[in-house]
Amino acid sequence: MNELLELTTTRNNPHVDPFIAMWEWQIPVYLFLGGIVAGMMIISGYFLFSGRYKESNCACFSIPLISVVLLSLGMFALFLDLAHKPYVWRLYTTFQIKSPMSWGAWILILVYPALIANILMRPTPWMLKLYPKLSDWTGKINHHPFLIKNIGIANMILGMMLGAYTGVLLSSMASRPLWNTSLLWVLFLVSGLSAAAAFVHLFAKNKAESELLAKADNGFLVIELFVFVMIFLGFLSSARPHIEAAQLLLTGPYAPVFWVFVIGLGIVIPLIIQLLAVNHKIRHTAIAPIMVIVGGLILRFVIVSAGQYSHWFNAHFH
Amino acid sequence: MPRYGMVIDTRKCVGCSDCVIACKTENNIPEGYNRDWIVTESKGKFPDIQMEIRTERCNHCSETPCVSCCPTGASHIHDVGGVVLVDHEKCIGCKACVVACPYDARFIHPDGYADKCTFCIHRVEKGQKPACVEVCPTYCMHFGDLDDPNSEVSKLLQSRKWHVNLPDAGTQPNIFYLV
Repeated sequence: MNELLELTTTRNNPHVDPFIAMWEWQIPVYLFLGGIVAGMMIISGYFLFSGRYKESNCACFSIPLISVVLLSLGMFALFLDLAHKPYVWRLYTTFQIKSPMSWGAWILILVYPALIANILMRPTPWMLKLYPKLSDWTGKINHHPFLIKNIGIANMILGMMLGAYTGVLLSSMASRPLWNTSLLWVLFLVSGLSAAAAFVHLFAKNKAESELLAKADNGFLVIELFVFVMIFLGFLSSARPHIEAAQLLLTGPYAPVFWVFVIGLGIVIPLIIQLLAVNHKIRHTAIAPIMVIVGGLILRFVIVSAGQYSHWFNAHFH
Repeated sequence: MPRYGMVIDTRKCVGCSDCVIACKTENNIPEGYNRDWIVTESKGKFPDIQMEIRTERCNHCSETPCVSCCPTGASHIHDVGGVVLVDHEKCIGCKACVVACPYDARFIHPDGYADKCTFCIHRVEKGQKPACVEVCPTYCMHFGDLDDPNSEVSKLLQSRKWHVNLPDAGTQPNIFYLV
């Protein structure tokens, strides 16, 4: 009772003290873009696998090109974060089996060919104008439904790996209790799928597809809420640093943004709007998907920022 | 192979910061950055209050989250003494190791690479002590081989009570504080 606990330090290293603030906007932006691309790869892979590509206006033909652009933007953000930029090539002269970041660097290298194979199924007119020979490839792929199925499977598997890795990157760090849950990859993967379903829903031209995506998004949002509950149950029944980490989001300094923007405006309200829409009570609008997408981005910001703030110090005091 | 570690007597440390200045001078640490620092911890209930002064730095842990998370192998365990080092030519400045350290012992050097205490390995390999140990006016710092039962550090750990920082973080630190 009323015990004095005071820790003073002469250390004042930039971005380290008074608490770690090493990763700024670049990392959450990259994790978000990586997550949404992962979700889109799984969706487009599923459309290829299930034969939906036979519909001429299938979203699986526009998804891969958008994915390449978004993923490249994400990787550029990641590059901007590096403090020793001229040495970035060092990522690709080694494979460090224990390092999630090394895994991620190599997964990203595999993701591009899978996306490009998907693009080659139906290149855009400007691509064909630039490289007329692309049509040979397109012809070859489209003559082999078996190959299309495999491109679908490759997109789904690599999408899963990409989405999961964005979570493992953080959850492997035992030093930051808030990240140190083995459910973080599930959260990021489901959130990525949900943002992707919302995003594709915005530009899908096929009505049946659009409806399917809205329904799928509702499912993903419900799973996401469930994963949050499981993560917090895990933290609150764990050791003190983990309890305090959970409290950062539940009742602490990050609680307002977490409850209002991540849970309220990012999951619950769009879920209600989309449930009404798929049950034909109201019309589909862009509002719910945009809320889901922005919510997914804010989720990454909150987790990256609050995670760096969470620490083991108090375990030492008690 | 030796396993280098430090034993620091908190009953002798007065927090004079000589070790900090010695490190900055020896290793040319830029202004505003520190590889070692002084922590003062006060705890208890009045009038029964305890104070501990510690000189802290990278713990050169046996379980190294900073090494395992490194995507390029820049963060590595040195061949001599199990000292944790950063190869500046391999570091891409991704900051993962800084975030992975539960002691927040690392920082990003203004030149872009991750930096931290090296146990002054360049001195140790020449048979000298780390700069901080060399200058300590109260002789509170001891450096040596923890695997050699006859070393000064091993004997101190056998004869005195000690603790390490954040044992629950699971990193098995190699800096011990005598109490």
